[in-house]
Amino acid sequence: MVGTQHGATMARRRRIPGQLVRLGILFALLAGALLYVRGRFVPLTFGELGHYRAAAIGTLAAQSIRFAGMEACAECHDDVAAVKQRSYHRGLSCEGCHGAASAHVEDPLASTPAIPKERQRCLRCHRYLASRPTGFPQVLERVHHPVKACVECHDPHDPAPPIPPSECAACHGAIARTKAVSHHWSLDCEQCHAAPAEHRQNPRAFLPKKPTERAFCGQCHARGSDAPVGIPRVDLAEHGGRYLCWQCHYPHAPEGG
Amino acid sequence: MGKEPSGHAIDETRRRLICELAKLPAATVLLSLTGPVRARAEGDEETDEHHYAMGIQIDRCIGCGLCVEACKVENDVPDEPFYFRTWVERYTIYEDGEVVVDSPHGGRDGFRPRSEDEERRVLRSFFVPKLCNHCDNPPCVQVCPVGATFKTREGVVLVDSDYCIGCRYCIQACPYGARYLDPRTKTADKCTFCYHRLRRGLLPACVEVCPTQARVFGELEQQASPLHRLKRFEPLHVLKPELNTDPKVFYTDLDGVVR
Repeated sequence: MVGTQHGATMARRRRIPGQLVRLGILFALLAGALLYVRGRFVPLTFGELGHYRAAAIGTLAAQSIRFAGMEACAECHDDVAAVKQRSYHRGLSCEGCHGAASAHVEDPLASTPAIPKERQRCLRCHRYLASRPTGFPQVLERVHHPVKACVECHDPHDPAPPIPPSECAACHGAIARTKAVSHHWSLDCEQCHAAPAEHRQNPRAFLPKKPTERAFCGQCHARGSDAPVGIPRVDLAEHGGRYLCWQCHYPHAPEGG
Repeated sequence: MGKEPSGHAIDETRRRLICELAKLPAATVLLSLTGPVRARAEGDEETDEHHYAMGIQIDRCIGCGLCVEACKVENDVPDEPFYFRTWVERYTIYEDGEVVVDSPHGGRDGFRPRSEDEERRVLRSFFVPKLCNHCDNPPCVQVCPVGATFKTREGVVLVDSDYCIGCRYCIQACPYGARYLDPRTKTADKCTFCYHRLRRGLLPACVEVCPTQARVFGELEQQASPLHRLKRFEPLHVLKPELNTDPKVFYTDLDGVVR
């Protein structure tokens, strides 16, 4: 009781104990030093949006552009854009062939974009490569008019072939080559794939037909068919169960090829 | 009776002491807030409205390399065949199961037929364009010791070249090999989704020049986005999903052999 009263009066007289004052000064000095060091070394906008310099975003966004975009080209060259818009090259950006043109858009007279006319530029996309997707128009550079420039026959803004290809192999080269060395070499493509005439002009809009049932293969391969002797024959009712023929056999290169 | 006032006195003393002590950290916080001048940089109106991402349709890529060429021009990437922000790989799977991946000059000049293909039977072959995956959980950002690489609120992972110390940790950490050290500035660099073009409402340069629309750019959250449409029609895959990096570059028709 007496002790508590004594403590209370002491506390009232010296409001903050001396050791705390000294500790406080030390803390204040350390905090000051920390703030000085922080202000000196941490960049101004650091931590504003996250653990990075917010100003960096502005610097990166301020980078100048080189490719102006297809819309910018169409503003002046609307005639070419209209032709291209209806052609197979509608998805191809102008600057894909003519090169980055933002300088030309800024000042049309200052620089003129390139007009590539050499074969290699077209072959970059249209050279036959096994890795390219099926149906993408490709040519064998040694076979397809080797010394002519592409632009002599094809208008790059509307590249549809001036003469429709006469043979399926012109576009479906990989399949044609496989079939040529297989047991089916003598079969015409049209024997299995009846193709509308328009397919040669507009391949994706008019697709050729494909066989849909086992009986189609059965015309030659069923027991009792009147095909030449020597063609392998199976009992359609028993062979293969519920599978369709082409789920096991590849018709362009059947077994034993 | 006598206890009550003394109890009050102790409480009061304690309260004062706590108040005095509390002033110290409060002062520190106040000082640190007012201390350095807070200046917002020009044009850094970063927003939450965009969530950028890219889709790549492998069955459409023809391996022309226009994207690689355009990227180098747009972003002034050194021309040597070690520095790429985007590149195209050719995967060839032979009948014996061997997988060969090649990327001559990153595909910048297009591809030529492989000489081996004439002797060996190719089972399947395709092109895979690659770039920074702009991971939602980016390992490169985690390892940066100075905070020079970061993910903006739009989801784009960027490098602050003025602040980068060129320690190459991020290059090591990236599981997709998307980063390189710029030989001129000696700082890390990588694809930015052409951030400067996005800000101007343009598409990234690689998407702009892609002739078959194999690259689709859009926003993840918006319904009316080409990427959203792609998502509705095709199952999308990412590279190395087991690493939990949550990439924002999506692939369709991704073959199991692609790493």
